Amino acid sequence: MKHLKQLLFFMIALQWTVQVFAESAPVEQGDIYKELIEDGNPAEFREMRGKEVWQQKAGPNNVSLKQCDLGKGPGVIKGVYVELPKYFSDAKKVMDLEQRLIYCKTTIQGLTYEQAISSPLSIAGHASDVEALVSYITAASKGMKMAVKLDHPLEKEAYELGRKLFFYRAGSHDFGCVTCHSNDDKRIRLQSLANLLNPNDAQATYTTWPAYRLSQGEVWSMQHRIIDCLRQQRFPEVTYASDSITALTMFMAKNAEGGIYNAPAIKR
Amino acid sequence: MAQPMRIRAKLKGDEVEAKILVQHPMETGLRKNVDGEKIPAHFIKTLVVKYEDKVVLESVLGIAVSKDPFISFSFKGGAKDGKLSVTWTDNLGETRTDTVTVD
Amino acid sequence: MIRQMTKSKEATLNLDLGKRDFLRLSAMFGMAAIVGFYGVGEVRAAEWRDVDFNAKNLKDTLKSLGVDDYTMSTDITVDSAEIAENGAVVPVSVSSAIPNTEYMAILVEKNPNPLATAFTIPTGTLASVKTRIKMGETSNVLALAKVNGKWFAASKEIKVTLGGCGG
Repeated sequence: MKHLKQLLFFMIALQWTVQVFAESAPVEQGDIYKELIEDGNPAEFREMRGKEVWQQKAGPNNVSLKQCDLGKGPGVIKGVYVELPKYFSDAKKVMDLEQRLIYCKTTIQGLTYEQAISSPLSIAGHASDVEALVSYITAASKGMKMAVKLDHPLEKEAYELGRKLFFYRAGSHDFGCVTCHSNDDKRIRLQSLANLLNPNDAQATYTTWPAYRLSQGEVWSMQHRIIDCLRQQRFPEVTYASDSITALTMFMAKNAEGGIYNAPAIKR
Repeated sequence: MAQPMRIRAKLKGDEVEAKILVQHPMETGLRKNVDGEKIPAHFIKTLVVKYEDKVVLESVLGIAVSKDPFISFSFKGGAKDGKLSVTWTDNLGETRTDTVTVD
Repeated sequence: MIRQMTKSKEATLNLDLGKRDFLRLSAMFGMAAIVGFYGVGEVRAAEWRDVDFNAKNLKDTLKSLGVDDYTMSTDITVDSAEIAENGAVVPVSVSSAIPNTEYMAILVEKNPNPLATAFTIPTGTLASVKTRIKMGETSNVLALAKVNGKWFAASKEIKVTLGGCGG
């Protein structure tokens, strides 16, 4: 009997060891791969294009976006991304970067809302100017600490809504962000899944978007990433630049507080 | 139109380390579009790197080189502020040269 | 055998007239024509040749490159992650520690056309190059180096898999 117990214990221990090895070895290989591709990041080409878009005169008013106030005064791009989303008193709402750019395109350049949101997401082989612009602006926060504030009541409200959306399960698969992103050391195939409730993972994840997606051959913004996560969860199609995406972004950005921003990055 | 490259050339001891990132679709000619038609091949065939007037690397590329090709290598005999130029030519006859100075 | 192989090339490849004539010639004379035309063993300049890039298996590619025989050598390295998360972008570095290495090539055994890319390495340039290639499936990747007319090689299996949803 005693021997049987020992044997059982041994077998459980063995199985556990095998499982741990099976889980960790591929993830390590994934990390090696990631390290090897970090050297030359084609996202730099989007940053170059984004700079052109930022300086280009456009819309009925024929002015550039250089008068756009992204939170640190007109034309300032350095350090704005690590403080977004935030409350803007002129618009009387909490906005993420892309909502703010739409606001500038409509108020400064005189574009209609529909024009301002036309083809915002890159598809393989067709880079979107919006994501180029986002690449250019986010790159100007490289090396800075994530510092999103929850001072204004509407900022707190956006965070709380984002938290609810994170835990909200629905759709044909009864899925939510929480299904994949609330446990440590999980993975899908070779890819480790970030636990977005764990500050280390939340920082590592949030500070590396936008990213040049090797599988797409294009840069994806955080907005694009969230839209695709919701699609993969089999949620109804979410509207581009909607307040729900800003709320989810607010939840993740705040949870990444203190992390050093380092994007546009390069990912699978 | 041929897009600009990103070239970095850094002096490390007596070697210059060059990192070249090229914007190019490197389309294989084997893929099909949504209408089931073959997407025509469009890829870089040759890439030549010169330091001042001396060729420091010559390369031939096939369709199996990744989109936005990346090449990194080192050579001796370079100095700070020397000129490194990269020229590529693709199968449609497009070509582009970009030049940087060694850091 | 040679005849068959050349025929299938002619049927599938989109070649200009000159190459077509050349292939007809080689159909008559077999591989001897290729050897005769290009002179195996000469120092190869960076010349893009259909015959090298369109060869459909490792054996034909080696033949086309003029590699009669090669020695596996620990002085040659081919390095990558053991598992690449995306076959469209596989980082590979090849290097040779043998002095006077004048040419290096990267061949992917199981790609439709094994030759991926090749480098001519002048004096003063280190025989060590990093690049990124596409791989259709898990395969051995061969690094070939030419030194004083002799060929050396190293091989590494790189597994290609699909990743998850993108971090």
